[in-house]
Amino acid sequence: MKEIIVDLPLDEDVISSLKAGDRVLLNGTIYTARDAAHKKMVEEMEKGRPLPIDIKNQTIYYAGPCPAKPGDIIGSIGPTTAGRMDSYAPRLIEKGLKGMIGKGERDDAVIDAMRKHKAVYFGAVGGAGALLKESVVSAEVVAYEELGTEAIRRLKVEGFPAVVIIDSSGENLYKTQAKKYKRTLED
Amino acid sequence: MKEIHIDKIRETVYDALLQINCELSNDVSEALLEGMKKEESEVGKSIFEDIVKNNNLAKEKQIPICQDTGMVVAFVNLGQDVHVVGGNISWAINQALKDAYKDGYFRKSVVSDPIERKNSMDNVPAVIHYDIVDGDEIEILLTAKGFGSENMSRLKMLKPSEGEKGVVDFVTETVSLAGPNACPPLFIGIGIGGTMEKAALLSKQALLRNANELNTDPYYADLEKKLLDRLNKLGIGPMGLGGRTTVLGVNIMTYPTHIAGLPVAVNICCHVNRHIKVKV
Ligand code: SF4
Repeated sequence: MKEIIVDLPLDEDVISSLKAGDRVLLNGTIYTARDAAHKKMVEEMEKGRPLPIDIKNQTIYYAGPCPAKPGDIIGSIGPTTAGRMDSYAPRLIEKGLKGMIGKGERDDAVIDAMRKHKAVYFGAVGGAGALLKESVVSAEVVAYEELGTEAIRRLKVEGFPAVVIIDSSGENLYKTQAKKYKRTLED
Repeated sequence: MKEIHIDKIRETVYDALLQINCELSNDVSEALLEGMKKEESEVGKSIFEDIVKNNNLAKEKQIPICQDTGMVVAFVNLGQDVHVVGGNISWAINQALKDAYKDGYFRKSVVSDPIERKNSMDNVPAVIHYDIVDGDEIEILLTAKGFGSENMSRLKMLKPSEGEKGVVDFVTETVSLAGPNACPPLFIGIGIGGTMEKAALLSKQALLRNANELNTDPYYADLEKKLLDRLNKLGIGPMGLGGRTTVLGVNIMTYPTHIAGLPVAVNICCHVNRHIKVKV
């Protein structure tokens, strides 16, 4: 299957052209953030304070890397379960977040927000942290350093392999694919 | 009485933890290759290829297979003719864990308090279980358990009348709910019997058994095969993108239980099933 090269930050035309099932190679800037960073960001929003990063049009990678070995840019870095960020994601999508990378199902509130504000959810291969690390060309902590692996990092990626799981029309690849291979379970 | 110094335990655990995070055991690698052969879906096959590529890369560069280097669980089988000298075993294991996770550049994924949630920054402590056994050796089974799959694990106290069907249904439901979250293809550890906590322990111990090793009781060996076949009809597939290989291995462990109960625990493990058995 042919991969589509996608430049980040995502622009509107690209978002609407991406369809669930498309295999992509991502180029450009992504931000890592997982549980603790999301909690902090949403707390800041509730207090009316600005976010530590401008998330408008940006893509968040739900991931917490291993520390870099000497001479390396970053340690292994695969996706974490996106569903744990579901309670925060719609707020960020309303603020302009356009892309999310993770693994696993999203809830209806997230998918509704994605449809309404035109955002895309990409999946990366869970458990392939050593392979995904290869496409990271630079990394720096930009916020919440005290959170260790959960700090927000700005990454530059080249050829980061992913699959469009849920597109901006709400089409969900998990729903359509598993069905194709499901067989009846005799009792 | 044979004396074993804690330094020996510390060294052994240190080496084992460095190894399991960067290199899969043979049973798991073989199960992956077997799965890849069976997979019919094109997308599924290419995900298997990525997984194998990932694992080779991790081994070659000695970097973690997965960034979630897990919470360490140790089952210590302490021979009753051993006298441990030089200090405390749990201390030695935790010290080895701290050193291995620092020197290996592994991720520190443990928070010191479940509600307050401050990272301990050294991945300590391990969850350690002890058993006293015959002999003059110490055997330690170790895993670095990832939580994407741990979170999808479940336990249920079934009614005795639900029997085998109740167990099969509960396991099927659990794997189905785990779906793409647990990083399929999966390994399933099942504990049946005992009390609530015993079933949970058995399910973890089942994951520490070799993936290709069937239960020694023919009835349960058969149930393992039946479950493997059934779970692979769910269609979830590698990465949850559809396919024939949702599960690569099913291991069951059992224990006598009470006349009124049938506890069942299902411990789910991703394809990064890191386990090792070492002797000191
Ligand atoms: S569930 Fe396993 S493969 Fe997935 S992120 Fe966690 S440790 Fe890695």
